[in-house]
Amino acid sequence: MPRLLTFLPAVVMAAVFLWFAQVLGPVAAGNIPEWSWMWVEGLGIELAFRLDGLSLIFALMVSGIGAIIFLYTSVYFKGHEKLTRLLTLLALFAISMLGLVTADDAITLFVFWEGTTVTSFLLVGFDHEKQKARDAALQALIVTGVGGLALMAGLILIGFEAGTFRLSEIALLGDTLATSALYIPIVILVLLGAFTKSAQFPFHFWLPGAMAAPTPVSAYLHSATMVKAGVYLVARMSPALGGTELWIWGLTLFGAVTMVWASVLALKQTDLKLMLAYTTVMALGALMMFLGGDSKYATVGVATFLVVHAMYKAALFLTVGLLDKGAGTREVTNLGGLARSMPITMMIALLAGLSMAGFPPFLGFIGKELKYEGALAVMSEPLFVATAALLANAMMVAAAGLVAISPFWGKTPKSPKPAKDPSIGLWIGPMMLALMGLGFGLFPDLLAKYIVNPTVTSIAPGTAYVKLKLWHGINVPLVLSLITFGLGFVLYQGRFVIRAALNRPTFGGIPAAVVFDAGLASFKRFASWSARTVQGGKMTVYLRISFAVLTILIWGVHLISTDSLVPQPEAIALIPLVVVLLIAASAFVVLITNSRLFGLCALGVVGAGIALIFTFYSAIDVAITQILVEMLVVIILAVALVKLPAMPVERNFRAGDALIATAFGVGVAFVVVAVLAHPFDPRITEFYEAASLPDAFGRNVVNVILVDFRALDTLGEVAVVLIAAIAAVAALTAGKIRKSGEKP
Amino acid sequence: MNSVILRTATRVLVPLLLIVSLLILWRGHNEPGGGFIGGLMAVIAVALYAIAAGPNAARRALRVDPLTIAGIGLLAATAAGLWGVVVDGAFLKGMWPLLTTAPDGSKAGLPVGSVLLFDTGVFLTVLGSVSAILFALEDAVYAHSHREAE
Repeated sequence: MPRLLTFLPAVVMAAVFLWFAQVLGPVAAGNIPEWSWMWVEGLGIELAFRLDGLSLIFALMVSGIGAIIFLYTSVYFKGHEKLTRLLTLLALFAISMLGLVTADDAITLFVFWEGTTVTSFLLVGFDHEKQKARDAALQALIVTGVGGLALMAGLILIGFEAGTFRLSEIALLGDTLATSALYIPIVILVLLGAFTKSAQFPFHFWLPGAMAAPTPVSAYLHSATMVKAGVYLVARMSPALGGTELWIWGLTLFGAVTMVWASVLALKQTDLKLMLAYTTVMALGALMMFLGGDSKYATVGVATFLVVHAMYKAALFLTVGLLDKGAGTREVTNLGGLARSMPITMMIALLAGLSMAGFPPFLGFIGKELKYEGALAVMSEPLFVATAALLANAMMVAAAGLVAISPFWGKTPKSPKPAKDPSIGLWIGPMMLALMGLGFGLFPDLLAKYIVNPTVTSIAPGTAYVKLKLWHGINVPLVLSLITFGLGFVLYQGRFVIRAALNRPTFGGIPAAVVFDAGLASFKRFASWSARTVQGGKMTVYLRISFAVLTILIWGVHLISTDSLVPQPEAIALIPLVVVLLIAASAFVVLITNSRLFGLCALGVVGAGIALIFTFYSAIDVAITQILVEMLVVIILAVALVKLPAMPVERNFRAGDALIATAFGVGVAFVVVAVLAHPFDPRITEFYEAASLPDAFGRNVVNVILVDFRALDTLGEVAVVLIAAIAAVAALTAGKIRKSGEKP
Repeated sequence: MNSVILRTATRVLVPLLLIVSLLILWRGHNEPGGGFIGGLMAVIAVALYAIAAGPNAARRALRVDPLTIAGIGLLAATAAGLWGVVVDGAFLKGMWPLLTTAPDGSKAGLPVGSVLLFDTGVFLTVLGSVSAILFALEDAVYAHSHREAE
């Protein structure tokens, strides 16, 4: 791939971003663009897209940060052999994510949702030579995949209850869903989908694991975009599902626990990237908690914090990449005093870190103030929510200090290799993000008008316009902010003591990831045990089980049904009678012969006899097929005979097999008797006979049915034939190297 | 297998079987026959050749890998189905490009179209799949007997 071409995705993404940006004005004014195409008409499923405030804010984040990430990736992995693959996967992910956040049909949304799951799996496992990356990818896939299935069930239930799959119509239904009988299962299923995707407790463990992905991937998927899909889903469903005790408390409790627990775990880490991963989980918990707040301020807090977090977190992730590249490590304990050697990296880290800690005049400050205001206004328990937010925010201040200050602080430079700033292609993106955090903090009106308010209107329709301000006067949120800074400073000073305490093995019980791994391992053991037991690989066993089951089914039906099993007397012509006797005699020979070849020929006679009987009843096509198949069976078995060991001389009588065979044969005979007892219904035959020539221009009705009337069945059957052939060839040639040349 | 009778007979029988198999495919729409039966008959020709001259010679005689033949067959059958989609919006709808409708509603011309393509697809799939299994089996047996000889 030519080097210049690797920048193409970044350029395209930037163009997409600009396109979304020019829709901001119309959307803020209430003109919401919509597109839709019918997809599955019978089920009322459409491929529908809609760009309201909530969709637009996410689309802008996905495309804007996407453009920066694509540029960063092209430079970060310059000359890497798998750069093309990485860019392709990232582009596929970006498309899925854009589809997810703009979808207006529940099924459309789900399809793109699964698209992000699959691309995320491939991206986390990008370094697939490493066991760790493969395990992390599988873990992320299983957790989010199971959640995705729950979500699908939830969305289908919503569709049935609401009578439509259009999300914009569902949002207008008021409390139709909240009062429906299926409300509780719907909420549980939808929240399962959202909580697994957005790494809420107890599913939080996959996100830190997913840090096995390359740094730009983590910055994109696992901070700014994909993990927020759960938040997006909850926000999107809020008008239709929100407002109930179950919704409010479910979100508040899980969000709060996730938020506090993740910020504790963040302080435990020494790998900067892992630390950022836990702070991301914390932010996701906070967003969930405030979405459960069900108040105007909480919703404004969510909309603002979404933007704030995406900017500083993506910038910080990319900064960690810069440190990794420029100084050779991500371990905070091996970094220090880099202010002089990496001034640009330090600038970015400082700008983003101050926003993360929530210092004025950064946008992070406004975000934090709004969070406190929202916490005090929540419907559930303001004191609980505010305390949880205060604790988490204080730990966030400390974590911001660890990421943004400690690598650069101190007189003596400390790094594994001589540190220097990476090239402009790498730092320009994070710099832009970090500066935007400052710019929006100084001019919050822009953000309020074009982004926050349209988003709030989508989540909670009918909310009055909200102004964003840096200075709110002296009030409770400001006091809480000051307490946060104080507490955060103390935590930062005590970071070594805290880390040591948290890293004691007794701390925190059993990690969720360990439970997950143990569960997965025992499931695999069970699967391998059951496969070994059921699939023993012995043909005789398979045949015995198959025929035993068939026999039981046939006799079961005979016992239930009231059909007469007494054969009706019927004259049999002489020639068919001779053929039947021939068949019976040949079958008997197969049983008693000591020679495989002799048995094979006798089996051929059985087949030929059956073909003869077909011809007596003028089923000539079936007879020809039967004869040809018999010939092939004899040929194939004759080839295989060479490989089989010699037959034992002693006669081997197996009573069990004899019983199964007899019961099966008699059972089938009774089936034939029972079928013949019913009068023959000629309607189908007459239809085909009448329609064959005029409609399909063929006089051979059997063939016309096969290739025209019921051609779809035939297509399926030939596909099965081919698949069986591929499987047989694979099984026969497994582990063998084919020798060229004739046999000796 | 080294038998003079078999080798001589094969020289006559294989082309004969192949021609008959094509005939059966062609006439299947009106007389007993069709793609499935024709395919089976062609396989028997291939099997006969493989027994007389060895699987490698049979492979060379086929020129194309049997699984590829089967794949082409499945593609042809699917294409016959898509033909109907493109022209008339219905999967597997019979297409008769060489038939014209007379004013009185009766049809005239050659009844050849998507249905024959479909049946040819069935023919090729059966021929390719069964030949592939047969060759793989012969290889396995050959490798087995070769190992025992050592």
